[in-house]
Amino acid sequence: MTTDIIISVRGLEKHFDEGKLKALQGIDCDIKRGEVVVVIGPSGSGKSTFLRCLNLLEQPSAGTITVDGADITDPRTNINKHREKMGMVFQHFNLFPHMTILKNMTLAPMKLLKKSKADAEAKAMALLQRVGLADRANAYPSQLSGGQKQRIAIVRALCMEPQVMLFDEPTSALDPEMVGEVLDVMKQLAEDGMTMVVVTHEMGFAREVADRVLFVDEGRIIEEGTPAQIFENPQQPRTQDFLRKVL
Amino acid sequence: MNAAVESISFFEQLWLNIQPAVQANTLTFWEYLYKEIYLNVIQGNRWLQYLKGLGITLEVSFFAILVGLALGTILAILRLPQVQNINCKGKGFWANLGAVCVKALSKFAGLYINIMRGTPLLLQVLIINFGIFGSIRMDKVIIGVIACGLNSAAYVAEIVRGGIMSVEKGQTEAGRSLGLSSLRTMIYIILPQAAKSALPSMCNEFISLIKETSILSYIALTELTKAGDYIRSRTFSAFTPYIVSGLLYLIVVLTLTWLIGKLERRLRNSDH
Ligand SMILES: Nc1ncnc2c1ncn2[C@@H]1O[C@H](COP(=O)(O)OP(=O)(O)OP(=O)(O)O)[C@@H](O)[C@H]1O
Ligand SMILES: [Mg+2]
Repeated sequence: MTTDIIISVRGLEKHFDEGKLKALQGIDCDIKRGEVVVVIGPSGSGKSTFLRCLNLLEQPSAGTITVDGADITDPRTNINKHREKMGMVFQHFNLFPHMTILKNMTLAPMKLLKKSKADAEAKAMALLQRVGLADRANAYPSQLSGGQKQRIAIVRALCMEPQVMLFDEPTSALDPEMVGEVLDVMKQLAEDGMTMVVVTHEMGFAREVADRVLFVDEGRIIEEGTPAQIFENPQQPRTQDFLRKVL
Repeated sequence: MNAAVESISFFEQLWLNIQPAVQANTLTFWEYLYKEIYLNVIQGNRWLQYLKGLGITLEVSFFAILVGLALGTILAILRLPQVQNINCKGKGFWANLGAVCVKALSKFAGLYINIMRGTPLLLQVLIINFGIFGSIRMDKVIIGVIACGLNSAAYVAEIVRGGIMSVEKGQTEAGRSLGLSSLRTMIYIILPQAAKSALPSMCNEFISLIKETSILSYIALTELTKAGDYIRSRTFSAFTPYIVSGLLYLIVVLTLTWLIGKLERRLRNSDH
């Protein structure tokens, strides 16, 4: 059963401004392989910080994070090797503006997985095909719409063949009519069995795709459960309050 | 061959024609102009000396720019906040030692930039020439490249640092989240974007450097300014050789400006 768990977080804390600001105040959670976990919560509750700690874009202040059996909070772990296993998708896409789409997608696999140009491009083209953007392979990011950029950002991360994908509000910067196309790609990914941790305000997506929903407030997991439990029958007053505001 | 001989004899002839007026000191404006040009450019193939001087100016400038770019980029990276505050606690002895060295280098880089920007280039040239290479025989061109390159590096460092800081933080995070090391992220993702935004200031720096190599005439390097100086000492013209040298500087600078403007437009059009 334990091999089933890919990420294990214990007592995770993150402090900013020399301890004055406690963004995370003790998070415990286990994420199973293939599980889709959606993190919801009010603004400033620490959702992004939690996600960013998982691939060490933020250095945790306390606690341990074990990924695939290795304690990544140990200073001696190779952070870069760890990050290869964790794809991340950002709110603002963060595509490399000076490279074509294809170059965006093949840079890391060629440098890190030592793939040949042909192999890396074949993989990239196959992924572009899947998200319907094969014809934009030689375009630059500035020539794409927001929805297209975010789909590219997702497949760019997938080119590294990660075991886990982290999404930090992937649709929050999009025009409403483009949200659907990005969520569709994420659904597809979930169906393919990818382990996903998704911070989002898209409650419809959470309901439909999540295996488990975490409600976070003030740096703590206040309540967690299946989408049905959280959305139909929340137990905690704060969860009820939050859902009343967003639904 | 013939054409050359004929053209020279044409200039010679013109020169002979105005000799009476030269003797009598009754030159018209155009005759005076011709006399100056003849003495300072044509006679004894002096124009070759300007071109030689120009060649040395370009040679020194080119290599000094390379030295400045390479050293300046390293200095810029050393001055970045994430390098200044590098922390390798708990990663073992060697990582810690590395961090301490990098921090020391960063401090040194700051000191270096302040000193190079805070003292006159002429003094730096004289110190390098008489102090460091005083007792060693060394080609003046190399001394010039070293002096101007070391000086330019300080300015380039600030330009590159500004360029790097202008690149969004998300770019670094995207690179790192793919697993790229900080060095690779810097090389493949940050520096190319920094270079683009730093291009106009960098162009200014190159132009300054080309003109400032004229200071090397103080250490008897016959670059373009010194070439004019030398010709003036031979022809006793008041300032005509300086005008000739000046025109050549102007041509070089305008050409460079034009080239970089073209490059900028190309980068902007493919805007990424
Ligand atoms: N780099 C930082 N430096 C200082 N404080 C930070 C930093 N990053 C986050 N914080 C603070 O930590 C707290 C949690 O921030 P976080 O971004 O994780 O919230 P969030 O749940 O993602 O909010 P949102 O929904 O607005 O994205 C906030 O109070 C925020 O101001
Ligand atoms: Mg956030």
